Amino acid sequence: MNASAIIFYILSAFILGAALLSVTTTKIFRAAIWLLFSLIGVAGLYFWMQVEFIAAVQIVVYVGGIVVLIIFSIFLTQQSGSEMIRPGKKQLIISLLAVLFGTAFTYNLIQHYQFTPTSSKPLAANVSDIGLQMLSTTEHGFVLPFEVVSMLLLASMIGCIVIAMKAPAVPGSLPEGFEKDELPPLQLPKNILVNPVQPAEEIM
Amino acid sequence: MNTIPLTHILFVSTALFFIGMYGLFTRRNIITMLMSIELILNSVNINFIAFNKYLHPANLDGVFFTIFIIAIAAAEAAVAIAIIINLYRNHKSIDIEDAAEMKY
Repeated sequence: MNASAIIFYILSAFILGAALLSVTTTKIFRAAIWLLFSLIGVAGLYFWMQVEFIAAVQIVVYVGGIVVLIIFSIFLTQQSGSEMIRPGKKQLIISLLAVLFGTAFTYNLIQHYQFTPTSSKPLAANVSDIGLQMLSTTEHGFVLPFEVVSMLLLASMIGCIVIAMKAPAVPGSLPEGFEKDELPPLQLPKNILVNPVQPAEEIM
Repeated sequence: MNTIPLTHILFVSTALFFIGMYGLFTRRNIITMLMSIELILNSVNINFIAFNKYLHPANLDGVFFTIFIIAIAAAEAAVAIAIIINLYRNHKSIDIEDAAEMKY
C-alpha cells in the first residue's frame, strides 16, 4: 500500500462521510455545507485521477456556483437554523433497506464483471486536446452537442428569470390585504384607474 | 495510481449514488432533495472519468460526457431554484407535501 492508495482511501472516506452527513443532518444550512465538502472531495478525486481540467471545472461550477445558489435559496426561503422534520420510522427503515439492497446488488455486479482495457496508453486530458475536439466538426468532434448545450443554457437562463420574476399585478385584481367587501365602492376617481378600458364597477 | 483497481473507484461511486438515493427517499424539503440529486450526478461523473481513465485511455469521450453533465446540472439547478422560489412565494413553504395542486 503506497502513498497514492492511502490518498485514495482518505479521499473516498471524506467524500462518503460528508455526503452521509449531508443527507442525514436535520439543519438545512449544515446539509448545504456538508454537500460543499463532499463536492470538494470529488474534485480532489479528479485531481488524484490526473484529470486536472475536470477538477477545476468541478470546483468552479459546483463549489463556486451551484452550492452558492443553493445557500442563497436557503436564505431566501427559510430560517437557516430551523430544524427539519425527521423521517418517520417506517419510511426510514424501508428506504434504508432499499438503499442497502441496491448497494449490495451493484457491489456484487461490479465485483464479478471482468473489465478489459482497450489500450495501455495513459490518458492525456490536456486542455488543448479537449478544446480542439470540443469544436471539431469531424467524426469524433463534439461541436453539435456544444451548440445544443449553449442553446439549453440560454433557454434555462431566460426561463429562470421568467419563473422567478414577481408576477405583475393583474389588471382588475385587488392589492394584497384587501377584501372585496372592505373597499368602499366608487371612491377612485375615473382618471387614475389601473386599467382605463374597464369601468370602475367591474374592477370592484 | 495503478495500485488501485477500477472496481474500488466504482464502489465509491456506487456508495455515493445510493447515499443520494437515501436522501431522495427520506427528505421532504425540496432544497435538500435537490442536494441529493447533485450527489447522484457527481457519482455518475466519477464513473465516467474512471471508465475513461482505466478502460479507454486513447480517447476523451468520458471527459466530454462529464463536461456536458456538469453544464446541464448547472442549468437544472438554476431552473429548480427558480421554481422553488416561485413555490415559496405562493405557498410560504417548500415542503414537498404542501405542493399538491396537480396531484390526481
